[in-house]
Amino acid sequence: MGNRKIPAKLLKQEVIVFIVVIALLGFFCVASPDFRKYTTILTIMDYSYYIVLMAIGVSFPLITGGVDLSIGTGLVCYSLAGGYLIVHKGWPTGAAMVVSLLFGIIIGLINGILIGVMGLPPFLATLCTCMITRGLGSICSNNFGISWPTTGQPGSWFRSIFKLTIGDTKIPLGFVWVLLLAILMHFVLNHTKIGRYTIAIGSNKEAAILSGINVKFYHIMAYVISGFFAALASIAYSAVFATVLPGTGAGFELEAIGGAIIGGVSATGGAGSIIGTLIGVFVICLLKTGLPFIGLQANWQQIVTGVVLIGSVMVDIIKKRKESRK
Amino acid sequence: MGEVILQMIDIDKRFPGVHALNKVSFDVKRGEVHALMGENGAGKSTLMKVLTGIYTKDSGSIVFEGKEVEFHGAREAQDAGVVIVHQELNMVGHLTVAQNIFIGREFKKGIRIDDKKMNEEAAKLFEKLNINIDPTATMSDLTVGKQQMCEIAKAISHDAKVIIFDEPTAALTESEIEDLFKIIRDLRKQQMAIVYISHRMDEIKVITDRVTVMRDGCYVGTLVTEESTKDDIINMMVGRIIYEEPKTKSRVSEDAPVVLKVEHLNAGRMVQDVSFELRKGEILGFSGLMGAGRTETARAIFGADPKESGEIFVNGKKTVINSPEDAVKAGIGYLSEDRKRFGIVVQKTIAENTTMADLGNYMKGIFIDKKKEKKVAKEFVDSLSTKTPSVDQLVVNLSGGNQQKVVIAKWLCKNCDILIFDEPTRGIDVGAKNEIYKLMNKLAAEGKSIIMISSEMTEILRMSDRIVVMCEGKKTGELRIEDTTQEKIMNLATRDIN
Repeated sequence: MGNRKIPAKLLKQEVIVFIVVIALLGFFCVASPDFRKYTTILTIMDYSYYIVLMAIGVSFPLITGGVDLSIGTGLVCYSLAGGYLIVHKGWPTGAAMVVSLLFGIIIGLINGILIGVMGLPPFLATLCTCMITRGLGSICSNNFGISWPTTGQPGSWFRSIFKLTIGDTKIPLGFVWVLLLAILMHFVLNHTKIGRYTIAIGSNKEAAILSGINVKFYHIMAYVISGFFAALASIAYSAVFATVLPGTGAGFELEAIGGAIIGGVSATGGAGSIIGTLIGVFVICLLKTGLPFIGLQANWQQIVTGVVLIGSVMVDIIKKRKESRK
Repeated sequence: MGEVILQMIDIDKRFPGVHALNKVSFDVKRGEVHALMGENGAGKSTLMKVLTGIYTKDSGSIVFEGKEVEFHGAREAQDAGVVIVHQELNMVGHLTVAQNIFIGREFKKGIRIDDKKMNEEAAKLFEKLNINIDPTATMSDLTVGKQQMCEIAKAISHDAKVIIFDEPTAALTESEIEDLFKIIRDLRKQQMAIVYISHRMDEIKVITDRVTVMRDGCYVGTLVTEESTKDDIINMMVGRIIYEEPKTKSRVSEDAPVVLKVEHLNAGRMVQDVSFELRKGEILGFSGLMGAGRTETARAIFGADPKESGEIFVNGKKTVINSPEDAVKAGIGYLSEDRKRFGIVVQKTIAENTTMADLGNYMKGIFIDKKKEKKVAKEFVDSLSTKTPSVDQLVVNLSGGNQQKVVIAKWLCKNCDILIFDEPTRGIDVGAKNEIYKLMNKLAAEGKSIIMISSEMTEILRMSDRIVVMCEGKKTGELRIEDTTQEKIMNLATRDIN
């Protein structure tokens, strides 16, 4: 991180979560022989990409002290819109991707204006855009599931961005991209105006306003970033899964938000780390993929994830309390 | 006037670093309105909080109806018949008038709340008070004045014997004040004992029987209102204390260039037609009592609150300021009275806070140049002698005085030539205060122009070259330091300008 020392407490959280990831991996490997397979890694990776991307984006609204609930249904909506253009209008894949990304940016912009300019509570504003994107997605696809070009079809090149097949070996190439994006956004958060002011808004919005900062603009930007990354996630999702179904997507955002918070993004805003978010999401993905191997089914995964989340929020609260006591 | 119902004798109370009440005595009789007066921080509110059990006293005694008592909390005081009508109203807006009056002790019919009985009882109370309010009306639909009457009704419904009014007229209109006085006179006739805390000299003359004055946590004296003049009371309030090294002469010549000119500024009730000029290198003190509208004026100038009308000229050029962003661009910096809320980001480092208003000049391409940022922060730490191990220190770990220096650094970093200091030394200990004063003098000598809002008379007299006095949202006067006395300021600060 160049010449900048990462604050000790953030470092701590990232390290702790990283140790948790290693511990979980170790645990599942020991507990289940079936887990120790290359295909498991591929599955974990497949599940992680879109959540990581959403989590990177949603970290920004979270750090402003807000939230973005529209990213889950948004993801499905952008994916359906792009897929519709490819399947029904014969658009090239690349052009459809651009439309998906623009779509995400626009929804982010709307969220940002509702929250930063009109002053709606983030929870409410993004809940509304969550419903709106769900509806729009269903309209785009005319209520049918849509498949982006599958391997072998023309225009399916984008799938190998995330999973490269060389001979018989599949390489989870997507991890490289999400890692690079995470590092980039970590940099944006800590070394650019957007990042600095995102933190300032979450830490003390009044002080930021009275420092003459254009708080409205930077508030909007946080949601635009969130929308843009939800759209990136939609591309990852389309590339990994065969078919995208309208009406789905609700609940994705919770995994992303959960991952960010486990990774050290403060639930009340003002602090966070994107590298932490990346690692935090892998805790969730590991639980999701690993628990079935030791015989715990979907319902249990949810409970375990919920408990882990409570734990990490408690850590955040205790940390805050200690600081305010100083 | 009847016999003494409540007596507070030699009440002593210390907070860490402050002797808030120093052997204060106070009494109130049945059928009397007894005013409690003093500057901000004189100890009036503390005394009343000790009385109603919100604070515990260190020593002294309270005698109520002939018996020594000690209340533990407002509830106990209330049950005994000592109630306080707070300046801020404690009402639940969505409930009805009657529901609010009997909140926490609702009449029941079985397990059901008996709204009908509550309405009847509320109506009886209003009849007793001679006021006309519908008990079934929703609280938030009432005017502030009416809400306050409900608060009074609630107080009386506790079978009150002593009622304390804490600046009751602060939020009321003229006609509402008239109504309030009518009620207070009625209560007096019913042999209620009333303590009346207010800053408004003219009200004191109209409504009270006796006046007790406090200063710096001490009891100064008690006067019979009828036999005393406004000047007597003011003299008691400011006292004869010699303040340390007051400024005797302005350092700024009368023809120094005007850097900021405000004309006919209006912004709500608290800023009415305020005009003044600030000259280069000058420290312009803004004096007045709490709620005089000084902070509101500053915030309106700075664009933090909307203005209704008025013009602002910076260096002779008409300047439109609609947001703090505009103000900062025009070279104005505002140091809020509430540093933690408005001034600094406590969980960030000194370096990050220093460049907060001027980050644009610390960029390398799209990235923040942290080396340069730290370098400038270090320069300000040195020149302002901020005590800190490094510029990477989180601001939350600094003392109040050093936090204030970080805020000053923020504005100096932005190169602001006009600085508005709002209560610059609030919450700062004595040693650090002197440093802040020295720093302000140094800044002024270097050609910065300073507006200093202060509720401390010492501070105003020590720092200001010129003094603007405000009262109830209006500018009531302007004094050059050469012709200033505490009495003159206090006179202007309590002046009724209708």
